[in-house]
Amino acid sequence: MAVASSAYKKVIEGDQQPKEVLVKIDRVTKKFDETIAVDDVSLTINKGEIFALLGGSGSGKSTLLRMLAGFERPTQGRIYLDGEDITDLPPYERPINMMFQSYALFPHMSVADNIAFGLKQDKMSRADIEARVEEMLKLVQMTQYAKRKPHQLSGGQRQRVALARSLAKSPKLLLLDEPMGALDKKLRSQMQLELVEIIERVGVTCVMVTHDQEEAMTMAQRIAIMHLGWIAQIGSPIDIYETPTSRLVCEFIGNVNLFDGQVVEDMEGHALIDSPDLDRNIFVGHGVSTSVQDKSITYAIRPEKLLVTTEQPSCEYNWSRGTVHDIAYLGGHSVFHVQLPSGKIVQSFVANAERRGARPTWDDQVFVWWEDDSGVALRS
Amino acid sequence: MNISRSISRRMPSGRHFVIGVPFIWLFLFFLLPFIIVLKISFAEADVAIPPYTEIYNWAEQQLSIVLNLSNYIFLSEDDLYLAAYLGSIKMAFISTALCVLIGYPMAYAIARADKEMQMVFLLLIMMPTWTAILIRVYAWMGILSSNGLLNSLLLSIGVIDSPIRILNTNLAVYIGIVYSYLPFMVLPLYANLVKHDQSLLEAASDLGSSNFNSFWKITVPLSKNGIIAGCMLVFIPAVGEFVIPELLGGPETLMIGKVLWQEFFNNRDWPVASALAVVMLAVLIIPIILFNRSQAKEMEGRA
Repeated sequence: MAVASSAYKKVIEGDQQPKEVLVKIDRVTKKFDETIAVDDVSLTINKGEIFALLGGSGSGKSTLLRMLAGFERPTQGRIYLDGEDITDLPPYERPINMMFQSYALFPHMSVADNIAFGLKQDKMSRADIEARVEEMLKLVQMTQYAKRKPHQLSGGQRQRVALARSLAKSPKLLLLDEPMGALDKKLRSQMQLELVEIIERVGVTCVMVTHDQEEAMTMAQRIAIMHLGWIAQIGSPIDIYETPTSRLVCEFIGNVNLFDGQVVEDMEGHALIDSPDLDRNIFVGHGVSTSVQDKSITYAIRPEKLLVTTEQPSCEYNWSRGTVHDIAYLGGHSVFHVQLPSGKIVQSFVANAERRGARPTWDDQVFVWWEDDSGVALRS
Repeated sequence: MNISRSISRRMPSGRHFVIGVPFIWLFLFFLLPFIIVLKISFAEADVAIPPYTEIYNWAEQQLSIVLNLSNYIFLSEDDLYLAAYLGSIKMAFISTALCVLIGYPMAYAIARADKEMQMVFLLLIMMPTWTAILIRVYAWMGILSSNGLLNSLLLSIGVIDSPIRILNTNLAVYIGIVYSYLPFMVLPLYANLVKHDQSLLEAASDLGSSNFNSFWKITVPLSKNGIIAGCMLVFIPAVGEFVIPELLGGPETLMIGKVLWQEFFNNRDWPVASALAVVMLAVLIIPIILFNRSQAKEMEGRA
């Protein structure tokens, strides 16, 4: 999982700037005939941040973005920009610009004319428009392509033009619709960082829609995970990966091993969970505040935090016997599929730190174990 | 081995056959008749069957070809022919402009309609062309005549006191040409407009352009090739139109198709009529080249 960007940096260093709300989405619902695309969503977006709406198809993320742009009108609820109610404004009166999924560059206009299009609508003087277009071309390093038509550009160059066009009017809010959707995989990781760098240099607030979790985690400071029209969780990439609040979120982001079990001991400082899949109980370093009737709980642990060893762990909790069922060698790391006595197969990522080390192989008896704070107890 | 290969190379392959068919078609039904017309245009009228002289002569082991340019000179001397050419071009030009004005909104509306409705509308546009043009023009005579449907209607609702004369005027010819050729304007425009990417209009709107402005700045320029194709499909045949001006037009309607007919059948002067036809083709070659160029561009854009 790639959490290696300015977002990560900011989380590590701690974002000390006071957070000022720019966009407020207040209980917005959108229905198409009888289907509910967006279901009573409320969220706030802070000034200067890159915010990602992440979800599968049909999750309502694109509809929410289109409502911000003004192409769809909410069935219920209001949208505020800088404290101003923009719910009923048409798209051409909103200080919001969008970079479209397939870029939607005007095919009959040159690169420079594409960038100038929005400025011309504002009745700017010719000299001002020229200066601004020049500035934008420089920003995205496309100055020498000013006279080309869109079909003469490569995918990455088109994306830069699209970005320049949507930034030319200095919008208060920039919307990105699947920004890497039209690029091949290799170009994506390069453009992701380039895009973030330009956006941060300009300092514009940005909302992006994506179905690619790696993209969201690389680019965004905060992510909202959407599912069936509602928001499952909002948080920084690290929050969402390390402390998912529901089964849905932790299954959606990355790989995870889930153990269903019953809470057998629930104290203020710790709790014990008995899972039929595991030989030993699970120790959780905090109370889980179960109800008296329902003691069932799910324990989630990421594969890279589940460790494989050939020696029996000495601790009392958090381990189980197993046999190596399968090994997938992926170069940087290997994925061990370990079958537990109950028949359940768990995954463990083992970094290939040595070129040739002695390690368990197929059908070996092994133990899986983990630290007390490696997993998350999930109530839902 | 080598011989059989060289033979098979010389044998016409399936590819040659596929390309050959349209070539033979064009040769037989376009080039050959045109050469005959060109030949006649250099001949002299004669009281004979066929009513013209041969341009070549084989006598005393000498082949002599006499190109008689007097037909062309005659055309340039009589103002009637120039007036007929200009009249035809003016008629075709105004009709084409009217077709654009009427056809563009129609094509636009069809292209924006529901997918199922589009087929219905297109069928409605094409259906009249399944009836012979002559019958449809005769129907217009019934509508436009002094005691026809249109005058009766206008009289009954009290817009006019006495029947107005529409039939046998240029107005009737305009109505006839626009009516007959409108489908040829709507269809290429529809084919162009229906391919337009809606996200371009959204992008324009997002950048602050009103819907009216987006139409002129995005939709119209992008449909340029459709407009050119439609205009040529209307303009080129309209210049040479004979049936409509003959049946709906009056004495003031001067079009080259009518003059051509009179030269062929009333005056039986085939050489002058042929010269008229050759000049008309020369006049039309310019728009035909324009048309081909825009078609080629359209194909390029698609690929």
